[in-house]
Amino acid sequence: MDPLLLLEQSFNGLQFGVMLFLIAAGLTLVFGVMDLVNLAHGSLVMIGAYLATTLVAWTDSFLLGMILALPATFVVGALVEVVALRTLYRRDHLDQVLATFGLILFFNEVVRIVWGPISLYSGLPDYLSGHVEIIPGAPYPVFRLLIIAVGLAVAGIIYLIVAHTRLGMLIRAGASNNEMVGALGVNIKSLFTLVFALGAVFAGLAGMMLGPLTSVESGMGEPLLILAFVVIIIGGIGSIRGAFIAAIVIGMVDTVGRIFLPVLLRAVVSDAAADTAGPALASMLIYILMAAILVVRPRGLFPARTG
Amino acid sequence: MVDPVLRIHGLCKSFGNLIATDDLHLDIAQGEIHAIIGPNGAGKTTLIAQLSGALRPDKGQVSFAGRDITHLSAPDRSALGLARSFQITSIFPDFTALDNVALAVQAHAGHSFRFWRPAHEDPALRQPAQQILERIGLGARADEPAANLSHGEQRQLEIAMALATGPSLLLLDEPMAGMGRDESVQMVALLQSLKGRLTIVLIEHDMDAVFALADRITVLVYGRAIATGRPEEIRANKAVRAAYLGTEAADA
Amino acid sequence: MNNRQIWLTLITLALFAVVPPLAAIFDQPFYVDMLARVLILALAAVSLDFILGYGGMVSFGHAAYMGIGAYTVGIFSFYGIDNGFIQFPLAMAASALVGLIFGAMSLRTSGVYFIMITLAFAQMLYFLGISLEEFGGDDGMTAARSEFAGLVDLNDSSQFYYLVLACLALVLFILHRLVRSRFGMVIRASRTNEKRMQAMGFHTYRYKLAGFTIAASICGLSGALFANLNEFVSPDIMHWTRSGEIMIMVIMGGMGTLIGPVLGAAGFLLLEEYLPQWMEIFMTNAGEHWAIIMGPILIAIVLFGRGGIHALFARKWFPRRSGARNGGGKGHG
Repeated sequence: MDPLLLLEQSFNGLQFGVMLFLIAAGLTLVFGVMDLVNLAHGSLVMIGAYLATTLVAWTDSFLLGMILALPATFVVGALVEVVALRTLYRRDHLDQVLATFGLILFFNEVVRIVWGPISLYSGLPDYLSGHVEIIPGAPYPVFRLLIIAVGLAVAGIIYLIVAHTRLGMLIRAGASNNEMVGALGVNIKSLFTLVFALGAVFAGLAGMMLGPLTSVESGMGEPLLILAFVVIIIGGIGSIRGAFIAAIVIGMVDTVGRIFLPVLLRAVVSDAAADTAGPALASMLIYILMAAILVVRPRGLFPARTG
Repeated sequence: MVDPVLRIHGLCKSFGNLIATDDLHLDIAQGEIHAIIGPNGAGKTTLIAQLSGALRPDKGQVSFAGRDITHLSAPDRSALGLARSFQITSIFPDFTALDNVALAVQAHAGHSFRFWRPAHEDPALRQPAQQILERIGLGARADEPAANLSHGEQRQLEIAMALATGPSLLLLDEPMAGMGRDESVQMVALLQSLKGRLTIVLIEHDMDAVFALADRITVLVYGRAIATGRPEEIRANKAVRAAYLGTEAADA
Repeated sequence: MNNRQIWLTLITLALFAVVPPLAAIFDQPFYVDMLARVLILALAAVSLDFILGYGGMVSFGHAAYMGIGAYTVGIFSFYGIDNGFIQFPLAMAASALVGLIFGAMSLRTSGVYFIMITLAFAQMLYFLGISLEEFGGDDGMTAARSEFAGLVDLNDSSQFYYLVLACLALVLFILHRLVRSRFGMVIRASRTNEKRMQAMGFHTYRYKLAGFTIAASICGLSGALFANLNEFVSPDIMHWTRSGEIMIMVIMGGMGTLIGPVLGAAGFLLLEEYLPQWMEIFMTNAGEHWAIIMGPILIAIVLFGRGGIHALFARKWFPRRSGARNGGGKGHG
């Protein structure tokens, strides 16, 4: 097995992992605090990507466009919460799932109308499109390194917010006991809007950084959303720490597994069988991992809710 | 005392920092009505949940009829003859009163992997259910959807469902909760009629009912049993008066 | 189910039964295929409603079992075995087996975990389908229509239609018995209050798992028929949006009623068919953006349309008792 390839794939896995964390963080907070299952969280990833692409084109500056896209996603998130989601908090999970499913259809179509049905490709500025050598002889794309750095930095910021601010105290209280927050005399409505909009910014940030790696298109957020669900299931609902650990694990296992599982299988079974079963198994790997963890811990690794 | 039918040994349960059951030791004798009283938050419902198998204790042991049941699930305990009623009325509102009781009968009439014959037309379930409803005074209301019953009737139905599982030990969680005067008197009479035939662990806030029914009383404060004894002993107990009866009297 | 519901069910099935002759008279054969599609998805929706509406299990991965059923037919066809008497029972058995495995793991959890896990397992099968290069991977594969020698000829579209209708009617009858049996009582009561059921002595997990497996098996039948309808199988059949759509059919038609999901499937698919055409009337080329209307319609149904089409009919034609039910979960407004 090529150690340089393993190193490169580990970095890819880490990059995918922090991306998943950014999406899962908002989702798990919204679920933990508001008890809302939001399928349309993936739409926020998409909206972030589109806004960034447009703003980068307008400002003609990659950095400025990206930075402006953050408050823009915040505003979209707050709007979505106030207009659509607020009415759903008191509904059961089934209603929430279906209504936010309707929202997905709506957003995907809005995007098609506003930006057209064709995928957008947002390029990278020269200073981000090169490679650096992580160790001598192992070049790695600068932009992917940047994603890892930004992802880890945001994870740090989220940790600081949750662990050391008043907002974080309210979030933690809400995640373990919803009624307690009300008893603290906090304006619940604005707290919910703020938490949701912050979650939207994290998801949007993931979408922005994803844009230059893949294509920006309608429905791009949904496969990621389901992976974020897997992350939350493994990490435990409402737990930021759980989401981070699970996201990195999923990112690593999925990326590295796809490359090395067929190789490993070839050592055990015939080449032909390995070539057939390898990709099939690799695509199922994270779900098998999820199932295995569930058997041992039905409420995830770090369940935040005690009652 | 003869061998206790239910033995609670060193039971502990906490939720985070909140201690709900604190090293509890308690023996319940065959055929007695044993009341457990205590202020709100004393851990009474949590105790019932641990005895019935709905909640796992952190530490300690529960044995029933000489058998360690600490690790048995709720249905398995039910099969051994342990039944509970719920503080919050837990009937099936869409079903009729008779359906509710028939379902409880069904729980102990073999497995329910029977897919074809309508349960409604099954005399093996309907007849015993009807008898229990008659005995409890709801015979005339059998075909009424449970949602339409009065609060008192729903509480009676709650007991009927527990009885229909043919228990030898009944765990009653505030059977008189929310009842009016007359309804409470009726319920006391009903429980009185069960006395001797069943062992009953009774959680209740209605002190008249408790002192009328109980053979022995245990006072629970912050998950700890501060006293156990006959009603007159409890009445005379200074610690109990200070910790519990005083505040309760002030509330009333 | 009361008498009114039985009548509504029989009337609905009778209306479906007269479609092929009517289509022949008016020379509109297209409708036979379209309504066959409605009936097949209705079958899937009915199976979901059995665990969702009666059992309270919010499975968001029901399309997976359609996929298992469809792929069973497709794979047999790939290897040249077109005998439906072999394909269909095995399609149902395979779906049941997968349902048993997924259910065994998912039912250990509850609430939102259950929703997310069922969704994740379905997504796993979707990606499995994509990775199976031998069976067309992403692009899928063609599947010949199954052969039921001496019974029906599925290449005849009206015979195929009647086979589907017969399957649906049979399943409805079986479920009609099932929900009133001892087993059905346990499933229904577990939806309302599982803790109580356990305290009374029911091992609810076993019964729910059995119910989940039965639903998966019926859904597998629907998938086998779907493969025949399209003469094609691809991972798309297991796409997570289809799970969502099947669930919407159940809610749209009326959860916890037998005929509701059939009405819901008809309503949903007709809307999908005609909404673009209606939109074209107002604005040229607006039809391609039908989802922008469909999304809000779904939200409105969820927020305001409790009881679905079934309740609408029940209120209008049988005014004494509507199809409204006591909702579980966090309590409806």
